[in-house]
This record gives sequence, structure tokens and C-alpha cells, in this order.
Amino acid sequence: MIFAPQVTLTALGQQILVGLSKTTILFIVSSGLSLVLGVLRIPNVAHGALYMIGAFLAFTFTQYMGGSGPAFFAALLLAPAAVALLSLLVERTMLSRLYEREHMMLMLFTFSLALVFGDLVKMVWGSDYRSLSLPEGFQGSFMIGTLPMPRYSMFLLVVGPLVAAGLWYLTNRTKIGKIARAAAVHREMVGAVGINVSWVFAAVFMIGCYLAGLGGALVAPTQNISQGMDHTIIIEAFLIVIAGGLGNIWGALLGALIFGVADSVGVLVWPQFAIVFPYVAVIVILTLRPSGLLKSTW
Amino acid sequence: MRGNNLKYGLFLAVLLAAFALMPFVLSRFYLYFLGTILVMGLLATSLNLVLGYGGMYQFHHAVFYGAGAYAFALATTKGNWPFWASMALAPVFSALLGLLMGLITVRLNKLYFGMLQISLGSLVWALVYRWYSFTGGDDGIHGVPLPDWLTTPKATYYFVLVLVTIALFIMFRIVNSPFGKIFQAIRDNPTRSEAIGVNVARHQLVGLIIAAFFAGIAGALFVVIEDTAVPDLMFWNLSMEILIMCLLGGWFSFSGPMLGAAMVMGLRTFAGMFTEYWTLILGLVLMALIFFLPNGIMGLFDSKTGHKPAPDLPGA
Repeated sequence: MIFAPQVTLTALGQQILVGLSKTTILFIVSSGLSLVLGVLRIPNVAHGALYMIGAFLAFTFTQYMGGSGPAFFAALLLAPAAVALLSLLVERTMLSRLYEREHMMLMLFTFSLALVFGDLVKMVWGSDYRSLSLPEGFQGSFMIGTLPMPRYSMFLLVVGPLVAAGLWYLTNRTKIGKIARAAAVHREMVGAVGINVSWVFAAVFMIGCYLAGLGGALVAPTQNISQGMDHTIIIEAFLIVIAGGLGNIWGALLGALIFGVADSVGVLVWPQFAIVFPYVAVIVILTLRPSGLLKSTW
Repeated sequence: MRGNNLKYGLFLAVLLAAFALMPFVLSRFYLYFLGTILVMGLLATSLNLVLGYGGMYQFHHAVFYGAGAYAFALATTKGNWPFWASMALAPVFSALLGLLMGLITVRLNKLYFGMLQISLGSLVWALVYRWYSFTGGDDGIHGVPLPDWLTTPKATYYFVLVLVTIALFIMFRIVNSPFGKIFQAIRDNPTRSEAIGVNVARHQLVGLIIAAFFAGIAGALFVVIEDTAVPDLMFWNLSMEILIMCLLGGWFSFSGPMLGAAMVMGLRTFAGMFTEYWTLILGLVLMALIFFLPNGIMGLFDSKTGHKPAPDLPGA
């Protein structure tokens, strides 16, 4: 139980900035989960497995294309797209036939999907972990004032708001976004006015899973890509979605911010139990506001 | 009705006798295997108290299992408690944890209840996982000392069999008690139950405590069999696995979860001998089951025999 005595302002600032960059990935993954939960009402446990597949695919694509910086950015485009295609296949062949079942069944169905995906990853990539080095030009750090800031973290800090803006545009300014929001509130009515709800659901599911793949591809150069990386992310993403308000994209952003910052402050204050801090934050939020911080679509 | 009860009782007596004779026919490994099935089955049945009978989305039941295992292991190793005292502590500790978590969670509606259970359970897991000086962290606790009379595989098996039987009997009585009936009424229609004067939240809290209590027994029995307690016992994945057991066996029958536990454990052990990809097989089986048999194996059995119409899923 050693409280770090040397908590300086600089260290705190850097820790929070790095925490924010981690938050980006949490946000991207949990916004996808939230989208699927809000519109399709599926607690998609396989979301974590798709994130893992995204990371492994990013590794393989990068290697295949020569492992250079541009190769990584090409992989960043390709890997999530491949994940989205996989999810479309799953949605059309299986999930679309199960929408009438209740949450528990859907959740267990996606859990069995996660089991299958987990073993498929083991078959294709083996049990060893992989690591991807940071793309050229994004290694090392530069100084902001007196703070050394890792370049890749800064890149993530740019990507996060871009994804948020894209999602905002998609849900508020495009036709499919409007239909999806309407379908989240009243599915039968949307069908009754002559819209093919089934394909809207397929598109939303695909976008949600694309975000899981994107999160996985983005996280690939920052940590070991391994079996089991799906287990932690899915719990965290669920907690963020619940704390932020089910189905609310901004809730996912707010939840991810709180989660990420609680984690990095925890690392600074009490490293041994840093892992506990974000959970405590979520519990406090849910105790005070049982239905999450922002308005849920449920 | 009476004749039916007699037949049922006879069936149970034969079943119990068969289980009691197992040590004379089975090899050491299969005896161990049967013991682990009984423990898992007890855990799954305790989950089904709140899941199938209470209609509560208990998404993180394993935390009570792990809590029981750790309470037993820590009281024995750190506290030097006598065996029976540790054995008694395990379910009581789990029940207290259930009370604590329930006080926070029962007032929430279904999915939020389940999610908050997950976050509270993950918090407990994270504490155990990191508290090296007390719980041994991710290494867990190994070599928990057991009394001399409980060191042979046969003795372990009989001990597990007796305790699981007693626990199942008590749970069966609870399910069929007035409390159990009210509990099922809450599952079927919480609003109406509230309207006729049932305190829904309090019943759900008590149900959660009872379920946690029996999960704690299962946890202590795990330590009796394996001599170890590890954080994985309260990891979220195990919670999903026992949900699967309830689903496979059917959560609208008392014996379903035990059957489901036997199926999952059997699949893991026997498919695991031939391939390392047994979870792939489990996943595929489960997907097929959700597609074609949403009421589980026992649900199929019940509808074939015209037993009772299997109702829809909890709180559909």
C-alpha cells in the first residue's frame, strides 16, 4: 500500500494525456457496442472477439504489405472493413433470425459466437502473442511545454474526435442514421411506413462491429496482440456503455473518459490497485444514477 | 399425484444409490471428474434459483463461488481455522457478499441489474487479483491443508456427494416453499406481485442471498477437491459458462442446470482429449441449441412427455 508521494503536476498531466489516448480506443469500441445495443437491443458479447480479430488482422495485413508505416495505415483501413464483412455475414445468416428472442438469449448467442471466434483466432494465429511496432514517424515522443508526449498517443487523440464526429454525422445527418434512431424507439412503426428494417439493422450491426475492428487495429501497435485480449475489453466496454446510458453515443464518450481517466489516476495514486479505480467509478455512477449518466434510448 | 411422488422418490433413491456406488466402479480420474460435475452442478443450480425461478438476470454469479472458495482457503491457511469452521464460513461470507451487492442492485430493472452485478463482481475480482499480500494475487492459493480423513479421492467424493445432496434437497424445498412460489410469481409478473402487496425488492434480495449462500458451498467444495483457489473462479467467463449450463439443461426445471453442468464438463473433458478447440464445439452446440431448442434439453423432455408446458424464458 504505497501511495506515490511524488505525484507532481507534470506527472499528473502526462498521465491524464496518456489516459485520454487510451480512452480513445475505449470510446471507439464502446460506441460500437452502444450503437448495437441501442438500435438492435443486442448485448453483443462477441464485440470483444471482433476487437481481437481486428487487432490480429491489422498485424497480418501490415506484415503482408511489408511492415512499413504506410502498410500499417493501409491495414488500419482494411482490418476493420474485414471485421465489418464478417459481422455482416453473421448478422444475415444468424442474428437476423433471432431478433424476436429476449436479451438473455441474444446475449448467450453472441457469447457462443465469441467462443467460436476465440477458437478460430487460435486456429489461424496460434496461441503465441504477436506484436506490431509503431509505424515510422509515430515512434518516440515530442514535447508539449515540459510534457513529453508519445506521438502515437497524440495520433489517437486526433482519431477519437474524428470518429465521434463521424458517428454524430451518421446518426443525425444521414438518412440511415435517422431511420436507425427511429427504429431504436419504435421498430414496428418504422416497418409500417414501408422501410426495410431488417437491412437497417444489418447496416447498424456492421457499423458497430466495424468500430470494434477499428479499435482493435488502433490498439495493435501499443500492446501485445494476444488470446484473451477480448475478455478485458468486453467487460470494460459494457461498463462504459451502461454508465454512460444505454445506446447513447455521447454517453459512451463520457463513460470512456471517466473510465480512462480513473484508470490513469489510479496508476498514479495507488499502482497496485489501479485496476480497481475505474470499476469503483462506474459503481458510484450507477449507484447515483441507475440508468446511466445520459439519456438512454431504452 | 401421490403415486407420481412415490415414483419420483424411488427414482431419486436409485439415483443416489448409484452415485454412492460409483467409487467401487470408477477409476480415480472419473471419480474426480464426477466430483467436479457435482460441484459445478450445485453452482449452476444455485444460479438457477435466481435466474430460472426468480427471473433475475444474474450475469455474474461466479463471484459468489470464488468468494466461498477464497473464504475457505484463507480461513484455513491464514487464520488456521479448524476445517468445519472454514467450511461454515464460506457460504456465510458469500451470502454476506450477496447481501452487500444485492442492496445496491436489486432496485434496478433487469438488464441494469445484470450489468451492475458484472461491475461489482469485476471489482471483487480485481481486488482479489491484485491483493498479493492477502489473496496471493493472480497466483492464487495452493496447497490448502485438509483434515486427514479427507485426503483420499474416495473420501473427497463422498464428502462432496453428501454436501451437494443436502444442498440440493434444501434448495428444492425452498423452491417449493411459499417463498419459492412468491418468487416465481415475481418472475412471471413483478408489477402484479407488487400490486397484491409483495415486497418485490426484498424477495429478490433474499433470493440473491440464498443463491449466493449455495454458490459459496460450491466454492468451498471446489477447494476440497482441488486444494487451490485462483482468481479465475470469480472471472466473468465462468459466469457465462454457468449461464450456458442452465440454458443447456433448461432453466425451467430444477434438475436442468445439473444436467447442463454434466454436459459442459463432459464436453470439455472428452472433446478436450481429441482437440484443443473444445470451446469451438461448445459454441457451435450452443448456437444450434438457441436456434432449435430454446427451452433446453429438459424443456424438450418435458414437452415430449407432456409434463408441463415449458413457459417462455425468464421475464420474456
